[in-house]
Amino acid sequence: MAFYFALVLAIGWYLKGRANTGEDFFMAGREMTAWIAGLSFLSANLGALELMGWAAATYQYGILATHWYWIGAIPAMLFLALVMMPFYYISKAHSVPAYLKLRFGEPTRALSAISFAFMTVLMSGINMYSMALVMKVVLGWDIHFSIWASSLTVAVYVALGGLRSAIFNEVLQFVLIWAGALLIPVLGLIETGGWENLKFEIAHHASPEYTHLWATLGSFNDNPMGIHWTGIVFGLGFIISFGYWTTDFLVVQRVLAARDLRSAKLAPIIGAAFKMMVPIIVILPGLLGLAVLPVKLTGEASAVASGGHSYNEVLPLMLARYCGPGLLGLGITALIAGFMSGMAGNVSAFTTVWTYDIYRALINGKASDHHYVNMGRWCTILGVLISVGTAYLVMSFASIMDYVQALFSFFMAPLFGTVLLGMLWRRATGPGGFWGLLAGTLSSIAMWAWVKVDHDALRYVALSPNARDMAENMYRALWSWIVCVLVTVTVSAMTKPRPDGELKGLVYGLTALPLEAEVPLYHRPWFWAVVVGVVFVVLNILVW
Amino acid sequence: MHDSGISIWFFIGLSLLVNGILITGAGIWEIFRPPANPVVLYSLHASVWWGALLLLVGLRYCIRFAPGRDS
Repeated sequence: MAFYFALVLAIGWYLKGRANTGEDFFMAGREMTAWIAGLSFLSANLGALELMGWAAATYQYGILATHWYWIGAIPAMLFLALVMMPFYYISKAHSVPAYLKLRFGEPTRALSAISFAFMTVLMSGINMYSMALVMKVVLGWDIHFSIWASSLTVAVYVALGGLRSAIFNEVLQFVLIWAGALLIPVLGLIETGGWENLKFEIAHHASPEYTHLWATLGSFNDNPMGIHWTGIVFGLGFIISFGYWTTDFLVVQRVLAARDLRSAKLAPIIGAAFKMMVPIIVILPGLLGLAVLPVKLTGEASAVASGGHSYNEVLPLMLARYCGPGLLGLGITALIAGFMSGMAGNVSAFTTVWTYDIYRALINGKASDHHYVNMGRWCTILGVLISVGTAYLVMSFASIMDYVQALFSFFMAPLFGTVLLGMLWRRATGPGGFWGLLAGTLSSIAMWAWVKVDHDALRYVALSPNARDMAENMYRALWSWIVCVLVTVTVSAMTKPRPDGELKGLVYGLTALPLEAEVPLYHRPWFWAVVVGVVFVVLNILVW
Repeated sequence: MHDSGISIWFFIGLSLLVNGILITGAGIWEIFRPPANPVVLYSLHASVWWGALLLLVGLRYCIRFAPGRDS
C-alpha cells in the first residue's frame, strides 16, 4: 500500500513537466490512445459505490444488480461511441457544458456547468467518506487520517499533472483492481463447485429468484428489488444510463482526451467490453457471499445495533475469506486505488468545468493560458478541500448521502434530453434547450419532493406503491426526460431557429463525418460495436 | 504515450512486479510457517501462483515498455 501511494505521487511528479498549457492540463494534450482513454473512461466510474456498493446490492437483491453493468451501461456506451462522439469531438468542445454553449448559448452552459460543479464536489466528498469508512473497518485506521491522507495524495497528483495524471492513475487502478479482486470469484467457484452448484446453494440459503436476470421482472412483486422490466429497460437502460454515460462530463472528459476521432469512438467500445466483465469481480463475490458466508449480513442500522456485519462489508469479508496477508494487502490497495481514482475523476472534471465554463465564461475571460492553468491547479486543491468538507458533512448527517445522490439524479436525465435533441434535431433552439433543461430538472425535484411529503404519490411517480427507491429513481428519470423533451420541442417550435450555417459540426445532418472506408474492418468502431453488442445479448440470455 | 516519455504500461508493469514479488514471498513464507488461522482453500496456495503470475506479467511489461526502448 505504501508502494502504491509512492507510485501515484511519483507519476504526478513525473507528469508535472508535461502539464504546462491549458490543453495539456485540462485535456491531457488530446493524445491518449483508444486503449488508455477507454480504460480511463471505465475506471473513472469504478469508485467507491461501484466496488463495495454493487457487491452489497448483489447480496441484497441478487443478480438483478448486474443490470447496472449490462443494460444500464453497454447500449449507452455504444451509442456514445457511434452517434454522439463525433459531435463532441468535431466541435472541439473541451467539456459537455462547452458543447451546450456552442449549440444552445451561454445560459444553457451556465446552468449545466454550475449544477455539474456543485454536484461533482459533493459526490467526491461522498466517495472520500466511503473510502475512509472502509479503511476504518478493514484496517482500523483513524477516519480523519484516512480522509486527509487520501485527499492530499489526490490533490498533489492531480494538481501537478492535471488530467493526464488522473488518467494514468485510473489505468493503473484498473489493473490493480483486477489483480486484487479476480481471485475471489476464482476461489469462490472452486469452493462452491462451479456455477450450477452456486445457484443451488443460493436457492437453498436465499431464494431461486436471486439468480435470474429477467425472468422475475414481469411483476413488481416477483423480485427482491420490487421493480418491473419497463423500469429497467426504459428508466435504467435508456434514460439513467444514457444520461450518465453520454453526458456526465466526469466520464466523457476521458474520451475527449483521445488523440483522434477514431480513437475517441473506439474508447467507449473498449470501455464497454471491459464493463461487461466487471460483474465477475463485483456481482459474483456478492452471490458467493450469499452461498458461503457463515454469517447473515443485514442493513447498516441493524448491523450497528446487533454488532454484526452489514451488506456493505460483503466484498471485504470475501477478500478476507480467501486471501492471506500478501493478497489481502493487494486487495485492500485495489479498493483504496478505486476510491482515490473516483475522487480524482471528480476533481479533474470539476477543475475543467470551473476554470473553462464558469471562471473564464462568467468571471474573467481575458486572462492568459498560463493564468488558467494556475487557476486549474489551485482549483484542484480547492475542490479537494471542499470535498473533505462534504465528507465531514456526510459523516455528521448520514441522510445527506441519500439526498445528494437524489440531487445528482435530478440533473442527468434532463441533460441527456437536451444534448440528444441538440445533436440530432437541427430545429432545437437556444431558448428551447435552456427552458427544457430547467423544466426537466425542476420536474424531477418536484416529483422527488412529492413522494417525500406524501408517500402515496409513489403509485403515480413509480407506477406502483410497492416500488423501492431504485425503481422510483428510474421512473422519475424517465418522466423528467419526457418533460425536458416536450418543453424543448414546444419552446423551439415557438422561437426562431438558428441558421444551418451556424450549426455545422454540432448537429446531425449538418456535420461532415469522416469516412472509414480505407480502414481495415477490424479497426473500425462499427465492427467492434457489433461484436460487443452480440456478446451483450448472449450474456443476458445465459442468465435470463 | 510512449514516444514522448515513460509509458503508462511501464508504471503498470512496475506495480505488478513489486506486488508479485511481495505476494509470492508472503505465499512461500506461509508454506514454511503455516498460519494459525489459515484462509479457506489455503491448501491451493493461491498467493504463490497468483503472485508468480503477477510477477511474470509485471516483468514482461517492465522490459517491453522500459524507458528509452522503442515500442
